[in-house]
Amino acid sequence: MFGKWTGAGGAKEVISGRQRQTCSPTRALGITLGMRFITIGLLVTAVARFALGQDVPIAFTNAHVIPINGDEIARGTVVIHQGKIVAVGASGEVTIPTGAEQRDCTGKTIMPGLVDTHSHLGGPWAADGSAPIQPDVHVIDSLNVRDAGYQKAQAGGITTANIMSGSGHLLSGQTVYVKLRDGKTIDDLAIKNPDGSIAGGVKMANGTNSIRQAAAGPFPGTRAKSAALVREQFTKAIEYRDKIDRAKGDESKLPSRDRGLEVLVDIMAGKRVVHHHTHRHDDILTVLRLSKEFGFKVVLHHVSEAWKVAPQIAEAKAPCSVIVIDSPGGKPEAKDLSLETGKVLDEAGVLVGFHTDDPITDSRLFLRSAALSVRAGMKRDRALYAMTMAGAIMLDMDKQVGSIEVGKDADLIILTGDPLSVYTHVQETYVDGTRVFDRSNEEDRLMATGGYGAGRDQMLFTECCLGGGQ
Amino acid sequence: MRLLKRKLLARRLQLVQLLRAGHHALIPLLCVALGCAMTARAFAVDLAIRAETVYTMAGEPIRDGVILIEAGKIKQVGEASTPIPDDVRTIAAKVVTPGLIDAHTIVGLQGFENEPRDNDLLDKSGPFQPELRAIDAFNGQERLLEWIRGFGITTIHTGPSPEALSSGQTMIIKTIGPTIDDYLLKADAMVSITLGPASLLKDAGKSPGTRAKQIAMLRAELVKAQEYARKRTAKPQPAADASSDRAEDKTPARDLRLDVLVTVLNNEKPLLITAERAQDILLALKLKDEFNISIVLDLADEAYLLINEIKAAGVPVIIHPTMKRAFGDSENVSMETAGKLRAAGIPVSFQSGYEAYVPKTRIVLFEAAIAVANGMKFENALASLTIDAATMLGVADRVGSIEAGKDADLALYDGDPFEYTTHCIGTVIAGKIVFDGKR
Repeated sequence: MFGKWTGAGGAKEVISGRQRQTCSPTRALGITLGMRFITIGLLVTAVARFALGQDVPIAFTNAHVIPINGDEIARGTVVIHQGKIVAVGASGEVTIPTGAEQRDCTGKTIMPGLVDTHSHLGGPWAADGSAPIQPDVHVIDSLNVRDAGYQKAQAGGITTANIMSGSGHLLSGQTVYVKLRDGKTIDDLAIKNPDGSIAGGVKMANGTNSIRQAAAGPFPGTRAKSAALVREQFTKAIEYRDKIDRAKGDESKLPSRDRGLEVLVDIMAGKRVVHHHTHRHDDILTVLRLSKEFGFKVVLHHVSEAWKVAPQIAEAKAPCSVIVIDSPGGKPEAKDLSLETGKVLDEAGVLVGFHTDDPITDSRLFLRSAALSVRAGMKRDRALYAMTMAGAIMLDMDKQVGSIEVGKDADLIILTGDPLSVYTHVQETYVDGTRVFDRSNEEDRLMATGGYGAGRDQMLFTECCLGGGQ
Repeated sequence: MRLLKRKLLARRLQLVQLLRAGHHALIPLLCVALGCAMTARAFAVDLAIRAETVYTMAGEPIRDGVILIEAGKIKQVGEASTPIPDDVRTIAAKVVTPGLIDAHTIVGLQGFENEPRDNDLLDKSGPFQPELRAIDAFNGQERLLEWIRGFGITTIHTGPSPEALSSGQTMIIKTIGPTIDDYLLKADAMVSITLGPASLLKDAGKSPGTRAKQIAMLRAELVKAQEYARKRTAKPQPAADASSDRAEDKTPARDLRLDVLVTVLNNEKPLLITAERAQDILLALKLKDEFNISIVLDLADEAYLLINEIKAAGVPVIIHPTMKRAFGDSENVSMETAGKLRAAGIPVSFQSGYEAYVPKTRIVLFEAAIAVANGMKFENALASLTIDAATMLGVADRVGSIEAGKDADLALYDGDPFEYTTHCIGTVIAGKIVFDGKR
């Protein structure tokens, strides 16, 4: 188990008796799958290339390109260099830089990497049972970056994800926005704000998951109590903030630092988005009420019954990240869950995105969310927008990711066909210009299909050959 | 009159017995007397279906096919030239398949709200209770029945959850109520057995606490049933003392649990053995050989490691949902397994499985679609959803293919049934349109 990187592609695989080929390079490095000793020899090259951030431009030519912000291009070319998109357009109209590695992608589809606005990859376990509201806890301190789930997300074409803890608390901690890079530590994956801090929002929840009727203690027993506890904490944060403001830097007047309240103050200042688990229509309206009361930016997540209150959500300008589930029910709050939620919200003018809620739905099958929503009447272009741009906007990352536009991060997926077809596979996934998944690589393929060993923690390629000291 | 008198007797038991005995010819007669919905219409062609492609699953697909339905049964299947009588309602579809079969589910035994009040999945008073019968817990009004039949699923094999060494017996029924009897295909189809961690009780300090104990307990029960059967069927020896009834004393009292196991030992019904890991699958095969019984493998996550063994044993597999979550004992689950087993000649059917949370049920149509996307041949997947499942469940005389004389259970689509963006546009059960929409 030593390499996700086995060369420049060109390897063949057999699926359903037919041969498919990855976008074939014109400057292949001559690596044959299975000839692992050669691969080991070239690993240094691979690592060096990774470190340099893709110094040779790559031109993906003759693909069906779905740029998202712009019309689909039947025969298009995308050029990436040093982790960024440097050109996109119809083949023949795009100038390919000298020395660029050209990859003929005839028959393939290229679209931006998918943005999963709500995922539980890597075993997040942030807040504990001590209190229902724990803003000081950060999910990044609980993640196992070697969890096979990260590779499976790459296999599903996900390049950006919002990883957060569960819905068993009113506020279960800070979330982390990640790029699905190959990394040894979670910091390799975490996205940084311009000031160097870790980018992320805050996870909140209402409804039954965060209610613990049987427990006497700090957790709410009713919906009204849930809202009251949230109100109490935000009110405390307002007083804390005001006290700091009044102190005007005078240390003797400053309150003792409270990490939790600082986070709530950040939320009210718009520095952190609240990602709010909510299902029932009345719970959704409660979130909107609290959001207005305390002035926090919110993205509504799951929203099983949002179709009942679509005009109110549109009026509040609250984006919705929808989960697409095969059947209604499983819990009373989800009994009126509908495959039409995406369509109804989109038509009402709400910004619609999707999420896997992995492991609730499988990251490898994230495109299903768009496809099943189209089945239920959502427009194709809106559904594809929801998988990419809309998610980027919800994570405040629309300047960097979400579409194939010059200057944006080279986060791309190459598909074997139409993104909304069940028969289509993700062939390759690129994050910041580096290929992190290649279905023609045996080990990557194992992650895509499952099979013996697919559930084990991943070995990182640097460890086998470089002693982990890279 | 004789039939009417019968109606006064235990109605369900009767129908069940008839079904069990295979007297299917009697059912229409019985239904006339009982007022079954499926025979409420006049005995003439009462529905016709036209489709660009009819997958009969009994031969090559028919292009531009016509299906005529009479009295809940398929009367005729043919090409476009097949005459349709005037004023018969005709429905058009791109694709028609036999009604789909979910070969193992819990729908009807657990409600879609997943609350204690609608949950009849598992009685926890003992680890081994094969005498529990799904028909005594099935709720024909369950909303998920309506949901799944909107995707073309017309028959389900349902039962208690695979969370006890034996949680009871399963049943096979159409996906429409209102009462069980009207659409029951088999009352006590299989005996549910679960190997592996799902049925271990070590945390409760009870048996079985290990895999070895699971098998030891199963062996003990089957051996007990062998002895019981021998004693029950043994001819009473003439007593030495005529005034004594000691001979009669030697016959053991009826034991409902052992009665069930005797039907298994007599190969009248199979054990449905839920086993995920390869080691558990091997234990199931061993048990089959040891007691010379029929088994059906359920879930079988790691079956791809044992293709030769399973094939040699001649055991059919109700494969795990293709999109089953990969963790715990299922961490090695693969989306390619259904295709691999079928390609090796092992009978495979699809199941929605047991979901503890959301989605409360999976849709076998979707699970099969992902199998096709991962190497299973289109026709094989369709067979697994229909005729192969029907054969495996022992109901192929009634359902699973579009042939004259079979139940008129059909699924209508506006395109490739497996494609994400195709819709089910109609479902027919016993000649009745039970779903008319676009889902």
